[in-house]
Amino acid sequence: MSKKIFVSGDEAVAEAVRLAKPHVISAYPITPQTVAVERISDFVEDGTLKAEYLHVESEHSAMSAAMGAAAVGARTFTATSSQGLLYMSEVLPYVSGARFPIVMMNANRTLATPWALLSDHRDSLSQLDSGWIQVYCEDAQETLDMILQAYRISEDPRVMAPMMVNLDGFVLTHTYEMVELPAQAEVDAFLPAYTTINRMDLDDPKTVCYAAMNDYMEFHMKQELDMRKVPSVIEEVDRLYGDKFGRYYDGMVEQYLCDDAEVVLVTLGSVTGTARVVVDAMRKEGHKVGLVKLRYMRPFPREEILDIASRVRAIGVLDKDISVGYEGIVFTNVNSTVADLETSPGRINFIGGLGGRNISKENTRGMFNELLELARGEKKEKIQFVNARCEYHG
Amino acid sequence: MPRPEIIKWLRTQFFPHMWCPGCGHGIILHALLRALTDLEKKPEETVIASGIGCSSRMPGYINACTVHSTHGRSLAFATGIKLAKPELTVIDVMGDGDCSAIGGNHFIHACRRNIDITAIVMNNNIYGMTGGQASPTTPEGARATTAPYGVIDPSFDLCKLAEGAGATFVARSVVSNPKQCEKYIVDGIKHKGFSVVEIISTCHTQFGRRNKFRSPIDNINRVKDLSVSQAKAKDMTPEELKGKYVTGLFVNVEAPEYTDQYFSLVDKVKGE
Ligand SMILES: Cc1ncc(C[n+]2csc(CCOP(=O)(O)OP(=O)(O)O)c2C)c(N)n1
Ligand code: SF4
Repeated sequence: MSKKIFVSGDEAVAEAVRLAKPHVISAYPITPQTVAVERISDFVEDGTLKAEYLHVESEHSAMSAAMGAAAVGARTFTATSSQGLLYMSEVLPYVSGARFPIVMMNANRTLATPWALLSDHRDSLSQLDSGWIQVYCEDAQETLDMILQAYRISEDPRVMAPMMVNLDGFVLTHTYEMVELPAQAEVDAFLPAYTTINRMDLDDPKTVCYAAMNDYMEFHMKQELDMRKVPSVIEEVDRLYGDKFGRYYDGMVEQYLCDDAEVVLVTLGSVTGTARVVVDAMRKEGHKVGLVKLRYMRPFPREEILDIASRVRAIGVLDKDISVGYEGIVFTNVNSTVADLETSPGRINFIGGLGGRNISKENTRGMFNELLELARGEKKEKIQFVNARCEYHG
Repeated sequence: MPRPEIIKWLRTQFFPHMWCPGCGHGIILHALLRALTDLEKKPEETVIASGIGCSSRMPGYINACTVHSTHGRSLAFATGIKLAKPELTVIDVMGDGDCSAIGGNHFIHACRRNIDITAIVMNNNIYGMTGGQASPTTPEGARATTAPYGVIDPSFDLCKLAEGAGATFVARSVVSNPKQCEKYIVDGIKHKGFSVVEIISTCHTQFGRRNKFRSPIDNINRVKDLSVSQAKAKDMTPEELKGKYVTGLFVNVEAPEYTDQYFSLVDKVKGE
């Protein structure tokens, strides 16, 4: 039987990891990921999780150790945030190139300098090209569910790619909510023990991470071609999980009141919760607004975005990041997809939440108003900063 | 109350500071400022670099040329600064995690190069800032959030590590002996070459609380009780010394300094 527990996002991650039964966990502490790894180390020490917990001396070692464990066929887990993710970055394409299905939690936190503690998406989005699957969660329940799904997705022989489960630092990692904790037996049935041929084996010695030289190109083409099939695995796992545990997340993208929407706002992570409330309120006032919760950034939900873009008059993309010198990273991704349409809807990139700056209901309503005006033919600035304390126009 | 000439070294506009009241790091800050005052250093000629951690917040409060770098890399920043402007006094303050976990590599290489930087390692035996996880200096058996039943990994002796890696000035003191802390910092700064001053600090919030030393005073008494002078330690057996903090000046030797060597090489290559 599942049960309800009152936990923070970090604790929800730890509970999910306990249920997923990895063999090896290696991590280095960094705020706001710390509580998750502390709980996991409690579980290991008190025997509720039978695993090896490696206290390594840096994130670079954390990912390297996880990779070593994965190379002998172990189910592995690691967790980090912000600077820690960047320090791992050398090892991320090693892992994805070697096709090891490591699952990692990333507590989204901004990057230095200046130093700041709170959440935006600059850390994980800087690693979009690392060959990892990336999912973004809206609340603690979704985070718990996604850790479990992540193992199922990444260990699927059709996938064999590592997966990063992102949750917003503090907003999710440190706030408490009621979360349904699935029963171990049901998780065991959903998530079979990990077996793979992609491992070092004393009976069949082979090398991992060899120098490919002339085959390098084909290696990565294969990786890309396999990644293109991942959306269908994600949809499949989402259905399977929903059938078993009663929670469906709509796979790659959740469309909230998008069917007849004139304008939509694309969001990532916890800010989606605020946007839902605003959409509900504005719908009551008669505005045809909708919300697109982008769940996966890699692989990118091309089909779904194309479908939505072909139906609406304006799309706003809320980026909690910026690729300095260009625009928001999510916006660039949405834009390049929308470019496939013969006639594309109007688009505005809203840059907000940097370093944890609040994005309020009023701010969100402001974004929808901009989009509605754009849809009515008014001229709008393409890149707009939300809730900034200084002028930024040209 | 610190003397007015010491207060001049403080960026009081950033007070109250972020340290927990009673944190041992404050004693080290005061000792460092007294040392700088004793040596008549000028803020504009003094660089203080740090990494990340509670300890590393120190330079933010010091009115000198300061840099708060990435976790573990402050010695790399400091090395660049010293090479660019060898006339500056360069001090690097680090936590035990900063120095010996994520930054261990930079630490041994700075020791090896004998570059004229004074490294002050504020060793509170724990990762304070991130909430009390075990560090490479957490004593065996002590509890930490990542070791709820006690640490089993052997801990580093940072002074021995520094000595082995080639540092030419190595000393250890404890926050319960602020005068000695000040003296070693003064001597370390005066020494030409890489100086390591390890100061055993306290963290009642993250270390003490989990190890039956609740108050700041309990923790200061703990390090006081566990400290043994080098002279006394000579007559003690390894068993008796287990878990003790041996204080004293362990290494103080003259050796060619890195920036001197570097610039004379440049002159030689240029044919001057
Ligand atoms: C690359 C990276 N990894 C992890 C962290 C998180 N972090 C900040 S301070 C710290 C440890 C601090 O411990 P220590 O150096 O001993 O200093 P103290 O806080 O105890 O003074 C860690 C792990 C970080 N800032 N950057
Ligand atoms: S957590 Fe520990 S090291 Fe950090 S300020 Fe508090 S007492 Fe000092």
